[in-house]
Amino acid sequence: MPPALDVDGASMDSPDAGTSASAFAIEAIGLEKSFGPVRANAGVNLALRAGSVHAIIGENGAGKSTLMNMLYGLYRPDAGEIRVFGETRHFGSPHDAHEAGIGMVHQHFMLVEDFTLLENAMLGFEGGALLAPQKIAATARLKELAAQYGLDVPMDTKVGDLPVGLQQRVEILKTLFRGAEILILDEPTGVLMPQESEQLFQIIDALREQGKTILFISHKLPEIMRIADNVTVMRQGRAVAERVVADTSEAELAELIVGGKVAREAARSGAASPTEILRLESVSLAKKKDAKETLSDISFSLHQGEILGIAGVAGNGQSELLEVITGMRRPTTGRIIFEGEVVADANRYADARELRALGLGHVAEDRLRNGAVAVMSAEDNAILGYHGSARYARKGILDRAAIKSDCAALIRDNDVRPPLPGLAFGKFSGGNQQKIVIGRELLHSPRLLIVGQPTRGVDIGAVTRIHDQLITMRNEGRAVLVVSSDLDELMAIADRILVICEGRIVGEVAAEEANERNLGLMMAGRRLEDVADGPGAGNGC
Amino acid sequence: MAAEHSIAPLPGWAAATLLPLLNLLAAFAVSGLVIWAIGESPLDALKFMIYGAFGYGEAVGYTLYYATNFIFTGLAVSLAFKCGLFNIGGEGQAMMGGLGLAVVAIGLDGLPAILLVPLSILGAALFGAAWAAIPAWLQAKRGSHIVITTIMFNFIAASLVSWMLVGVLKAPGSQSPESPDFPEAAWLPKMHELLAGIGLEVGSSPLNLSFLIALGCAALAWFFIERTRWGYEIRVVGGNPGAARFGGISVSRSFVLAMLVAGGMAGLLGLNELMGLQHRLIANFTMGYGFVGIAVAFMGRSHPFGIVLAAILFGALYQGGAELAFEMPAISRDMIIMVQGFVILFAGALEHLFRPQLTWLFGRLRAIGGTGV
Repeated sequence: MPPALDVDGASMDSPDAGTSASAFAIEAIGLEKSFGPVRANAGVNLALRAGSVHAIIGENGAGKSTLMNMLYGLYRPDAGEIRVFGETRHFGSPHDAHEAGIGMVHQHFMLVEDFTLLENAMLGFEGGALLAPQKIAATARLKELAAQYGLDVPMDTKVGDLPVGLQQRVEILKTLFRGAEILILDEPTGVLMPQESEQLFQIIDALREQGKTILFISHKLPEIMRIADNVTVMRQGRAVAERVVADTSEAELAELIVGGKVAREAARSGAASPTEILRLESVSLAKKKDAKETLSDISFSLHQGEILGIAGVAGNGQSELLEVITGMRRPTTGRIIFEGEVVADANRYADARELRALGLGHVAEDRLRNGAVAVMSAEDNAILGYHGSARYARKGILDRAAIKSDCAALIRDNDVRPPLPGLAFGKFSGGNQQKIVIGRELLHSPRLLIVGQPTRGVDIGAVTRIHDQLITMRNEGRAVLVVSSDLDELMAIADRILVICEGRIVGEVAAEEANERNLGLMMAGRRLEDVADGPGAGNGC
Repeated sequence: MAAEHSIAPLPGWAAATLLPLLNLLAAFAVSGLVIWAIGESPLDALKFMIYGAFGYGEAVGYTLYYATNFIFTGLAVSLAFKCGLFNIGGEGQAMMGGLGLAVVAIGLDGLPAILLVPLSILGAALFGAAWAAIPAWLQAKRGSHIVITTIMFNFIAASLVSWMLVGVLKAPGSQSPESPDFPEAAWLPKMHELLAGIGLEVGSSPLNLSFLIALGCAALAWFFIERTRWGYEIRVVGGNPGAARFGGISVSRSFVLAMLVAGGMAGLLGLNELMGLQHRLIANFTMGYGFVGIAVAFMGRSHPFGIVLAAILFGALYQGGAELAFEMPAISRDMIIMVQGFVILFAGALEHLFRPQLTWLFGRLRAIGGTGV
């Protein structure tokens, strides 16, 4: 049975009801949560004005997730109080939070991919033994909600077949269907392309207009400036500042986040050398039985002293491109030439380990999926891909002393925290995991580094460090290929940007001429020539 | 942000020692309840069991003799598990190892012990390894699930050995499915004989040289997994096959390699049972040790040292249980199997039952102590 929804219930009427219970949707007072010796939240105060969009920002480990998880009933606070619409609540589980009208859209969606929107929404609210009566009621309710908030989603398509942006709408609809008055959105734009993010913001605007309260967690300052009314900055388990967005600036927020001035990035200096380091010649990739190519006819070259960026909407062949270049897959046709040597063609290819031995390093776009082994120690992960080199293995026996000293150097040079070589990789925070996988490659001074999503899920301080490292490589006359879904990042560090759409390179722009508009349109499948002519809809990418 | 979810985990040493100990206590407590329910004294039962397993020289000999089997089969399960493979085929691999051992020992009759023993051991390891390699290859190349194939291969191995024992390998004039006796040069010396040789008198038991070989194998297994490049590659494949491709590691090669080593270990079961005790190949000599190896590997947390300890525990259950059934007639052989079942249940299936409580306790202790451990 879907719970009764009171969109304009008693709590929602007027945000200016003075000190009455309705002024704040959520008040957190002195929330404390410790894990062993670590105080993840040390007396956090937070007040969400009803009907507003309130952003929370802070570095990895600042305590944002802990706070969210307490507000959503996943953790019990050690001390402090949570009030929802003025009423003190004790959440034993997310179910209690649902009851109080709090819904959450997680960064990684909690959807059953084989189910439709309807089935996902009904999950846990099936009612009786037979589904049919509930289905009819639920369909009507979902349609009504979709119309109300502009959340257009196909009802009968399996969620797994929907693009990420629509899956997110399914999540939002699901929480609304369950009666949420307050929505917690955990880094909702992390998975979206710029145009999709803008659509999400319009949805958020609609939700706010109709009286919903939004708690918005993000790493990205421009988004917060765009969508939030108020912003709370967290640092080291405390809410260190609250600002009205209209009265603050990105620069001020950035300083508040790191607790000081943000260091400038290293600048690119000197032009790229004419010496080619990597060339792709008509590289295509197709699955055996499926005629459809995930990469078609890709040709480009990369020179010493250059950073080449690849932009595109997720799922347009970037992952496959990375895999083909780094020896994880054999191209179906075409050739790849690294430093004058053919390293891959349709018949044979050098595997990732052999390529590393030649000087081609690789930082995987998804470190947990294939860049590292979460259950193995940092030390064991520090040699992955180099484990066969003469430095680490002699006659098949690992040289533990060499591994230990190299891992110590990696931890020191990259400021990995905590500095424990024996700690399992998966126990480090995202930013520190990324420092380890990038440090692993840099330790071996590759002449070409292929990097997928260099700063995904990494905090601002670490982003600067990683960009500096890549630019330093470039200035030393080595080369970097960066695939990123973050256009700001590409524009900040790359010399040239190629745009990929449906497995093809659709255009190339020099860094100076790149902007969100021309890149975004090309990502949507329009040719560079068309982009120059004027705006228009993409042809579906 | 993910770090906040994983702060203050249970220290490694506590997870490795206290957790299994608690599991074991829980298993004994529940078993004690059952024994109490049939009107016997749980305390007396425990006393008989411990005395029967460790109380006198002969008992210790028997306990370690059983433990030898469990070390081999436990290692066979854990080595495959390191590569992410669930090897249910220890039983069949041991069976085939026995066949290989018998073929070499009988076929090369006449060689001196110094040659015949190592060659027979090699035969056992090679047959066991080959038998394990086929499912590994099928998994790597054809995607046939190794749990299914190794189970099937147990049946095939049993049938094959039985067929050999009623045909080619049958002892002339014998009415039962067994091979002729091995030449004496292929017999492994009993420990009590060896110890008598250096002037130590211990009770006679089936415990033989293969116990030391098993300990050596455990040490070798540790070295192989932790200190060699192949072991490293196996761990990467077991931990995250995606990362293996990223690191230029062949998943299929690691599958086959891990199963070869695992099958070789299981194949060595025959050293203890056949070369050490029976001195001939008999049908069904594996007696389910291959399956108990799964529980041993779980309880030993797939670590060779843990497996040796778990093997000794299961050896003690076998030996102490037999003694208990003898001393307390109300407690039948089935009751002993029940106790073993509880140990497997708590140590294997419910491995993490007490983890939250223990983690909480450590969190409290640290909070009180005020220092990070």
